[in-house]
This record gives sequence, structure tokens and C-alpha cells, in this order.
Amino acid sequence: MRAPAGSTVAAGEVLLSVENVSLSFGGVKAIQDVSFDIRKSEVRAIIGPNGAGKTSMLNVVNGFYQPQHGRITFKGTTRTNMRPYDAAHGGIARTFQNVALFRGMSALDNIMAGRTLKMHRNFFWQILRIGPALAEEDEHRHRVEEIIDFLEIQAIRKVPVGRLPYGLQKRVELGRALAMEPDLLLLDEPMAGMNLEEKEDMSRFIVDVNEQYGTTIALIEHDMGVVMDLSDRVVVLDHGAKIADATPDDVKRDQNVIDAYLGVAH
Amino acid sequence: MFYREAGQFKTTYGSDEAIFPIVQDRWFVIAAIAFAVLVVPLFAGQYLYTEVLIPVLILSLAAIGLNILTGYCGQLSLGTGGFMAVGAYAAYNLALRVPEVNLILVFLFGGLMSMLVGILFGVPSLRIKGFYLAVATLASQFFLEWAFARIKWFTNYAPSGSVAVGPIELFGIPINSPERKYLFVFILVAVLALTAKNLVRSRVGRMWMAMRDMDIAAEIIGIRPLHAKLSAFAVSSFYVGVAGALWGFFRLGSWEPLAFDVNRSFQILFMVIIGGLSSILGSFLGAAFIVLVPIFLNQLPGWLGVGLSTATISHLEFMIFGAMIVFFLIVEPRGLARLWAIAKEKLRLWPFPY
Repeated sequence: MRAPAGSTVAAGEVLLSVENVSLSFGGVKAIQDVSFDIRKSEVRAIIGPNGAGKTSMLNVVNGFYQPQHGRITFKGTTRTNMRPYDAAHGGIARTFQNVALFRGMSALDNIMAGRTLKMHRNFFWQILRIGPALAEEDEHRHRVEEIIDFLEIQAIRKVPVGRLPYGLQKRVELGRALAMEPDLLLLDEPMAGMNLEEKEDMSRFIVDVNEQYGTTIALIEHDMGVVMDLSDRVVVLDHGAKIADATPDDVKRDQNVIDAYLGVAH
Repeated sequence: MFYREAGQFKTTYGSDEAIFPIVQDRWFVIAAIAFAVLVVPLFAGQYLYTEVLIPVLILSLAAIGLNILTGYCGQLSLGTGGFMAVGAYAAYNLALRVPEVNLILVFLFGGLMSMLVGILFGVPSLRIKGFYLAVATLASQFFLEWAFARIKWFTNYAPSGSVAVGPIELFGIPINSPERKYLFVFILVAVLALTAKNLVRSRVGRMWMAMRDMDIAAEIIGIRPLHAKLSAFAVSSFYVGVAGALWGFFRLGSWEPLAFDVNRSFQILFMVIIGGLSSILGSFLGAAFIVLVPIFLNQLPGWLGVGLSTATISHLEFMIFGAMIVFFLIVEPRGLARLWAIAKEKLRLWPFPY
């Protein structure tokens, strides 16, 4: 793996900014006028109680949902409407809250599939599978093997992912996202349903990805210990609205956040 | 006992990704091909060629085509018969109207025409899935059957509505004996099966499988549904079209649209399901099963010396065949290819327990 190429944003500058985004489904206002930004090479956490609109926010960022209002600027380009394909093309990768792997394929093929956009040989080369097509396959296999080493899943590379335990599936899914060499990695509850040890492993991978490759990470997570340890800045959503945006330490002391999580006496 | 991979070390990614990574498998395949090309012609008679070998090979090719679409890309299709008809009639018309064209180009043309029609009828797959798509492809089956029966140009205004191919030759060599037909079909099917295998284990194949397993996740890694689904329809229809042309030219010789009716579509679909979804080998096994078992059941009373009337035999054939399909699907829903894989896995250790 190597640092993402072609990214023009320097570390510390704004990579993605979300301005006044609102999203509603019929009468349900999932996101109301939310603005925040993500800086290059930081770990940005998005937290909030259930139903706060965190996953909807990620879906907006990567093109699944089209917000009714607001602007999203990624790497200096502003767009309102886009498809997930465009997001992938622009360098946004993500994992899902409920694992969304290709269940019939091996772990290796899943991660190889993550490199689809990086492979360019056309149909006819692939039919022949000689020369340049073979070289390309080898080159990408080499990169994928580096990811497999990094995530310590060598032993399961040929196993269909449907047969893997949940914790490993999450790891393969992270591998698939990493294979895209993204500029921005969106992680939707990467530690949901894991035991302590698996959480520690996953935290280590996230920190390593961020530190070694400078990948910018947006993280949704319910485990506050993890969030406070990993993230540089935290956005707090509640009922679709932003109620806080600060460093972990400040968020912990914020009265609005405490109220949102613990409730207020009436 | 002799099937051991001990001592065979993979030192390159290429050898790890080979179709037959184990040396014994490679020898087995080479031996099988040599047997098919060199030894079979020594003893095979007319019946074996025209009723067994040629049909199995051609229908295997059609099954590979459908397997690409249904097994690898997850798009259920009941239009296989119609696409075979497109291939057959396109090849017939090219051979009829431009007689000097090489035979291989004739078949490629059949495949390409079928591919275009396949892409056209694949467009609904962008909006509908599963059973609904199956019904939409069924509509294409009926439409194509109707077109070849009613649009007289396709059948060269033949009054009976059936068409017949003239003498067939390749590079000046007439392909008139069953043996030559068999060899031609064998080589073409082998080459196309190899290219299909190459496709499904490369980027394109992963793209199809990703679309099949989780279309949302496929989109976020940068796979366009339009591209993935229509390319599966295109490649699948190409294979089915070539199979249709071969079926018309080498199995039937003369045919009418009824030869490619919806029963043909179901037959190919059963081959794919029984053989094993998303397996090239399974396509061959499924075709062999569907073609050979009825023949076997039909002959069995005669061999055993049981005097049954022809009608009874054919009724029994249907009943036993149906029961066998149900039995196989219960025992191994993932098809004969899966049984084969399990057997090979067991063989690696046999005769030791572990």
C-alpha cells in the first residue's frame, strides 16, 4: 500500500466540507442544516444517539442520498448531485454498519474487487489473460497481498467470506476499502458487535492506516472510549441537527452532548 | 493416494491463480483432451457423435453462456432459447447471403448478433431484479420466437418456415462427417470455455460477482451497474448465440423456430442449476447430466432384458429423471460441480483420515 496519489490537498487543510445540508424522507427530517468539515489526514468522529442521522450523513457524503439542500465540497470540487460511482472515482471509500461483503467470493477476491477502478486492461486482454493483462493482475495481487499482511488475514485469504466469523468479515471489508487507496475513508461503526480484543485490533488498524498512509478517516462509532482515543475532532448529531463540534475533551464536557445522551430532567 | 499436492510450492501469483494449480489436475486435463481428440475418433460411431457428444458439447456452451449471466452476475434469464435462435438464424442468413465467408466468421456473426439482441433485452435488468427480470426475459423469448416465425426475411421466404443449411466447409475442407463435426465443435467449445474461465477469474468476473452478491457495495467500490449488468448480458448472449448457431448447423441441419422454444430455455437453466451456479465445469457436468441420463434411462430396460413398451419406458424415463433432479438438488443444492470439488477435497487425504 502507498499514500494516495493525485490528491492535491495538503495535510491539515480542508478535504471535505459539508455546508448546510438538509435531507428529509417525506415528513421525516433526517438531517437538518448540518455543516462541518473534515481536514486532510485527521480522524474525524461522528457520534450521536440512535437515529441521530449519522449513517444518513455518510450516505450523503458518498452519494447514496441526494440532499435537498446544501453543498458538499470534496478536494475543492463542489457538487450537489452525485452517484456512489462518482464518489468512488473521486477517492471516497467506505465500510457499512451491517457488513456488505460479496458473500460468495473469497476474502482475496473481495479485496481484489476493491481495486476494480485501478485496473484498466480491457475485455480482450482479460479473455486472453496474457502479457499486460497478466502483469496487471499480478501487480494488483501484490498490492492486495500487502493489505492482507497489514490486516493479518493471510490464513483466510481463500475462504469464502460468508463462512468467516463476524470480526474477520469486518476486517475484510476494511481491506476492500483500503484496496481502493482512498483519500477519504468512511467507517460506519467498524467495531459494532466486537469483543474487546477485536476492538483493540480494529483500533490499531485504524490508527495505523491514518498514521502510515495519511488516510483521512471519518468514523461513526458508539464506543465512546474508542472515539475519544482515536479521533482528532468530533461532530455530535442529535435528531438530525448538529449540537457540538469540537475536540474529544471539549465534547465530553459539553452540556448539550451530555443532555442528548443522558436526557434532561423536565 | 496418488492425488497429492505435497511438494508443489507456488512461487508466483500466476501459479497460485492457475486454473489447475495442482500438477495431477493438469495432467488429467491434458489426458482428457488428448483422449477426446485422438482416441474417441477411433471407436466412436454415428450414434455416439450425433446423439451424445455433439449435443453435450453444444449445450455445455449454451450453459456456460447462461451461467455467466445467472451464476456469475445473478441475473435470472429465461430467454436462452430465443438468444440461441438469434445466433442460429443470424449465422444461417450470413452463410446464405454471403456464401464465401469463412465458417468461423459465420459463427462469430451469430454470436455477435445474439450479443446485440441480448444487450437490448438486458436493459430492463437495470430496473428490475429476480423473478421480475425472469418474466421480462421470458417476454424476449416469446418475442424472438414470434419474430423468426413471422418475419419471412429471416427464413429466406421458405414456404414451410423451416430453414436448412447447405454444405459446410472450413478452409476448403468439407465438414460433412459426424467425426469432423465433432472435432470442430470440440475445439470451438474448448477455446470458448477457456476464454470464459479467463473472464470470470479476472476483473470483469469479479465485477459480475460483486454485482450479484451485493449491488450496493459494488457501486461504492466504483462498479457501474449499467456496465456490469449489460456486459454480462453481452458476453452471455454471445456464448448462447454461438451455441445456437452450432446447434442449428451441426446438430439439426434444418430447423424451425420451435427448435428454440421456451423448453430449450428451461433445459439450459436446469443444466446450470444442476451442474452448479457460477462454475464453468458445472456447465459441462450439467449438460452431460441432462443429455445423458434420459438416454441411459431409455436404454436401461433393454440392457436388463425387461420387456417394456416404448411408451412405458418414456413415461418411466420422465418420472425417474424428475426424481433424480429433485434428489440431486436436495443432496447438493450447489450442483454437481460442488460434489466434484468435495470429492477432490476428500481424495487429497484418502486413504488416511487426516
